Amino acid sequence: MSVLVGKNTRLVVQGFTGSEGTFHAGQMIEYGTTVVGGVTPGKGGQTHLDRPVFNTVADAVQQEDANTSVIFVPPPFAADAIMESAIAGIKTIICITEGIPVQDMVKAKQVCISHGATLVGPNCPGVITPGEAKVGIMPAMIFTPGTVGLISRSGTLTYEAVDQLSKVGLGQSTAIGIGGDPVIGTTHTDAVKLFQEDPGTESIVLIGEIGGSAEEDAAAYIKEHVSKPVIAFIAGSTAPPGRRMGHAGAIISGGKGTADDKKRALRDAGVHVVESPADIGQSLKEIL
Amino acid sequence: MNIHEYQAKEILKTYGVAVPDGEAATSVEDAVGIAERMQANGTSLFVVKAMIHAGGRGKGRTKKNHAKGVILCRSVEEVREAAASLLGDVLVTIQTGEEGQTVNTIYVTDGVDIAQEYYLGILLDRGNSKNVIMVSTEGGVEIEKVAEETPEKIVKEWIEPGMGIQPNQARRLAFALGLEGDSFKKAVKFISALYNCYVVTDANLVEINPLVRTPEGEIVALDAKMTFDDNALYRHKEIRELRDESEENPIELEASKYDLNYIKLDGNVGCMVNGAGLAMATMDIIKLSGGEPANFLDVGGGANVETVKNGFRIILDDPNVKAILINIFGGIVRCDRVANGVIEAIKDPEIAKKVENVPIIVRLQGTNAEEAKVIIDNSDLNVISAVLLKEAAEQVSNVLSA
Repeated sequence: MSVLVGKNTRLVVQGFTGSEGTFHAGQMIEYGTTVVGGVTPGKGGQTHLDRPVFNTVADAVQQEDANTSVIFVPPPFAADAIMESAIAGIKTIICITEGIPVQDMVKAKQVCISHGATLVGPNCPGVITPGEAKVGIMPAMIFTPGTVGLISRSGTLTYEAVDQLSKVGLGQSTAIGIGGDPVIGTTHTDAVKLFQEDPGTESIVLIGEIGGSAEEDAAAYIKEHVSKPVIAFIAGSTAPPGRRMGHAGAIISGGKGTADDKKRALRDAGVHVVESPADIGQSLKEIL
Repeated sequence: MNIHEYQAKEILKTYGVAVPDGEAATSVEDAVGIAERMQANGTSLFVVKAMIHAGGRGKGRTKKNHAKGVILCRSVEEVREAAASLLGDVLVTIQTGEEGQTVNTIYVTDGVDIAQEYYLGILLDRGNSKNVIMVSTEGGVEIEKVAEETPEKIVKEWIEPGMGIQPNQARRLAFALGLEGDSFKKAVKFISALYNCYVVTDANLVEINPLVRTPEGEIVALDAKMTFDDNALYRHKEIRELRDESEENPIELEASKYDLNYIKLDGNVGCMVNGAGLAMATMDIIKLSGGEPANFLDVGGGANVETVKNGFRIILDDPNVKAILINIFGGIVRCDRVANGVIEAIKDPEIAKKVENVPIIVRLQGTNAEEAKVIIDNSDLNVISAVLLKEAAEQVSNVLSA
């Protein structure tokens, strides 16, 4: 079992013929993901990577039964690409693009909600169900199939955690990179909920970072609803207030969003919080 | 991106938001000229404000002349004295740190009579991904303090995405401030115009603190703070041009020109990492290993020779750096390639000289990590290799205790 992506995924790649889209679509096809085609407006009817190119997402839905999209469209046009997918009936939209204006995302997120689409990202590495489907830019070889559900805002920190898990023999059910922006589709809480309800997931790794209160919200949810073991790491204990640490959303402002607050909330919810990012794999192994 | 108060007020004015008369000056003579013009229009009370990006100016003092950052003046002559005491001096406020910030520009503005002060702020509520307008009758004080002590005194309206502010919302906020009659109508107009400005300019934050009601019933922005979404600057040329690089940390500015995301911190161990999340985690591990991070540095996905070289130059510019931890998780980018890049960068004569006494720990994990370790170990450079994050942490403690 898995969440968000898997054997039933029929993927359409938005920004298919661009350099990023081409490279990563190739990698996803190689991994075994069912890529049914791509969208590049104006190139409809062409063939790229042995797959059809469509002018619109609606065409891909109609002709190839696409149910999932991944977006590599440049930032000025990415929110529009998200909305196009949602309106075309795509139910899982994964946006990799980094640098989308916040006000564009406020609107795009609302459109996803109105159309019942699940958005992951933007500014994220994507979602992978090892052995079934990879929808994103993560290096496939570090992942192994298993029962750990992983949630993270960041790319390379996700890889770090997954690598540790795989090395101690803990495979992953699905790994979800939820993204580091202030406005994201799937939140920590949404992802925790998916894993709690997924019979194929037996434990959860939650990786958070400073800024906002999404980890605190997830802690409140875990306290009430989650029975599976959860382990967490929060990045940015040493980050100074008022400075944006790379990710647009990673900022302690007005004394809110500190790593300490998040760790406290998670511990209070019964989550095992590790202080060192080097201990994620080993600690989970010890708990299980 | 941050801008100055006078720039924010210029923008607000173009969106129909009421601001007091005022103009920026970079010389005493200009300041006097502005005051004379305002006097001819009937102004008898002036305020001269130091234009630096940091807050707390009213309570701050300049280093040489001990002038306040905000000075009330009752004549053109007093404006002259205030301008002379501020321009070129260094203002220290609670937000600047001890080094302070040089005052290159001042703002000469009308000293508005105040009947009542309020707070008005607009920003994104990350909890529900909607824009929120907040007002409070507690104006002129820090809103964080109000939120902490008397949260019931902050009234919020969330704006439906894509819909814009609705008249009922602006009315509710104006009523919450206890306004009536003409002042109420003016506040409704003010709030609506301000929200429009916030959305159209892609601001991250618009804060009017204090918003004031004058004895005549006017509603005006006495202070104004605006910050903008960096991701949206591409579509706002007029706002991009307001960037004041003299307000930014010079090394961070240089780094940004190389597409490096660098933030200077006060510690002794520099770090260079690919990815923001892993960079923060690396800072944390430096601390857990007995050091203090000297910086945040995300080199992004590339991590090629040029990137690494520029990263070294920037880290080594900080004399406090006693060791450097390079932490790269090679996914798509292969570790052996990164290893060769690191070695080539260290061999650069300018960098080689600076790293003589600075041990470098290179932790490469991911594709071809073992090959990368061999490359590092076989180079006869002052470089320590690691593969696991745990090993990197141990090497940092070893180096610091040596």
